[in-house]
Amino acid sequence: MSVIRVENISFVYGAGTSFEKTALDNVSFEIEQGEFVGVIGHTGSGKSTLVQLLNGLLRPTNGTIYLNGKDIWENPKKIRNVRFRVGMVFQYPEYQLFEETVYKDIAFGPHNMGLQDEELDEKVRAAARFTGLKDELLDCSPFELSGGEKRRAAIAGVVAMDPEVLLLDEPTAGLDPLGREALLSQIVDYHKVRRNTVILVTHSMEDIARIADRLLVMSHGRKAMFDKVQYVFSKSEELEKAGLKVPQITRIMQKLKEKRIAVNPSVLTVDKGFYEIVNLLSGINKQV
Amino acid sequence: MVREITLGQYLPGNSFIHRLDARSKIILIFAYIIFIFMCRNFISLLVMSLFSILVILITKIGFVKYLKSLKAILIVIILTGIMNIFFGSGDILWQWWIIKITEGGLINAAFVVIRISMLMMISSVLTYTTSPTDLTDALERLLKPLAYFHVRVHEIAMMMTIALRFIPVLIDETDKIMNAQKSRGADLENGNLIRRIKSLIPVLIPLFVSAFRRAGDLATAMECRCYNVVGKRTRMRVMHFSMTDLIALISCLVVFSSVIVLNIFFPSVI
Repeated sequence: MSVIRVENISFVYGAGTSFEKTALDNVSFEIEQGEFVGVIGHTGSGKSTLVQLLNGLLRPTNGTIYLNGKDIWENPKKIRNVRFRVGMVFQYPEYQLFEETVYKDIAFGPHNMGLQDEELDEKVRAAARFTGLKDELLDCSPFELSGGEKRRAAIAGVVAMDPEVLLLDEPTAGLDPLGREALLSQIVDYHKVRRNTVILVTHSMEDIARIADRLLVMSHGRKAMFDKVQYVFSKSEELEKAGLKVPQITRIMQKLKEKRIAVNPSVLTVDKGFYEIVNLLSGINKQV
Repeated sequence: MVREITLGQYLPGNSFIHRLDARSKIILIFAYIIFIFMCRNFISLLVMSLFSILVILITKIGFVKYLKSLKAILIVIILTGIMNIFFGSGDILWQWWIIKITEGGLINAAFVVIRISMLMMISSVLTYTTSPTDLTDALERLLKPLAYFHVRVHEIAMMMTIALRFIPVLIDETDKIMNAQKSRGADLENGNLIRRIKSLIPVLIPLFVSAFRRAGDLATAMECRCYNVVGKRTRMRVMHFSMTDLIALISCLVVFSSVIVLNIFFPSVI
């Protein structure tokens, strides 16, 4: 059964006022248990609104969101439970840190869930390990950490709630290339080990191409595409209509293909592109 | 939820009042407030009230907006009105035990209520038709003479400008932090007063941290551009006294002097 099912949701900011703005327009899709879904879209395409709806922070103007088959707004008083089950990491999450120690901050979420003592301790330490925070940092003040460490601590605070679905809104924004790489591989590891559903919003085609199973492409508040990564990137024209570009390496391969050079145009990573070209060249050398 | 708070009350427009120099507006409204307290009979009070209603109509901002500004101080108006009814002198109209209503009390009450309402509405004309930056700019220029008494007018004005500028930024930030904590299960809406105050800590601490961070960044950025308070500054938008201001000044002079004339020719009631 699909873990999240979204049926015809729309969301309008400031409904009924002169500032009315439709952020989402009749969007439907399903996400399977254990999937790694990437959400991409141009600025203002509605992706941040979408993840906030999934997390129950916003209530859809129209339509229904089902979590494991149950309408998340069935009982608005229990919406907190939905937020525990669909963990959300915001953009620049380090700005939410507030406790005296990193440990206490990571424990904030699970503590709100009602966990205590050993169970709480276990979750906090496991989350810290997952995000690669060193043990000795747990007793520091979160404000003493470096930028990258703060980001990890904040993500650990969400992971510690052990959500069934983990939503991440641009988790690598503002990190240096090494930090991005490290954080992304940790998210991939988390997904591999826990087998939970991960939904990752990003601007970076290069990153998402490598790690996601399926891609949800948003454009002007509508679902433009929702399909396997290779398939989505093979439709570069449609992507461009949504204001997006395929990864650089894919674009190169597609251009080569247009020039009747025998390469695979659906290559998504630089490594694979490299092999394609090496194979091609060695083939040519043999002929000579 | 937080977004609904409107702090900057400026409602952009292009009316006669909007186009007035902010300095003229401040001075004329200040004068208006003095004169409405100088009215000694109902006729002059009526003239002043009609004048402020005329000004309000010229701004082309719905009258309802001004009534809303009154709503904020409704309790003050009602309380002072009632106090004045019971503590006056003159002919006793109604009496019970030691509580008595006098003619003088009723007149006083009417005056107070009308004066406070007009004061509030005419001040709203200023805040509704002047952008916050123009307002602080005008204040800085008007307070400039205080610099001779070693008051740091420019610094105060700069602080006000920065504070106003950052209100929307911080509101936005508050919204984001509240969302982040809510999605970690923070319960900001339920519970008794103490619990709710406690539940604000996860919002307030990050907010303060980020406000200080922004302040530090801004200070660095200003210093990088060689900002200092002693330098002589020029402005992008130079305010000048125009024909519009002259017309406003003359009409105000006419109305205000009529108050003095009316006070002389008609008997005082208070």
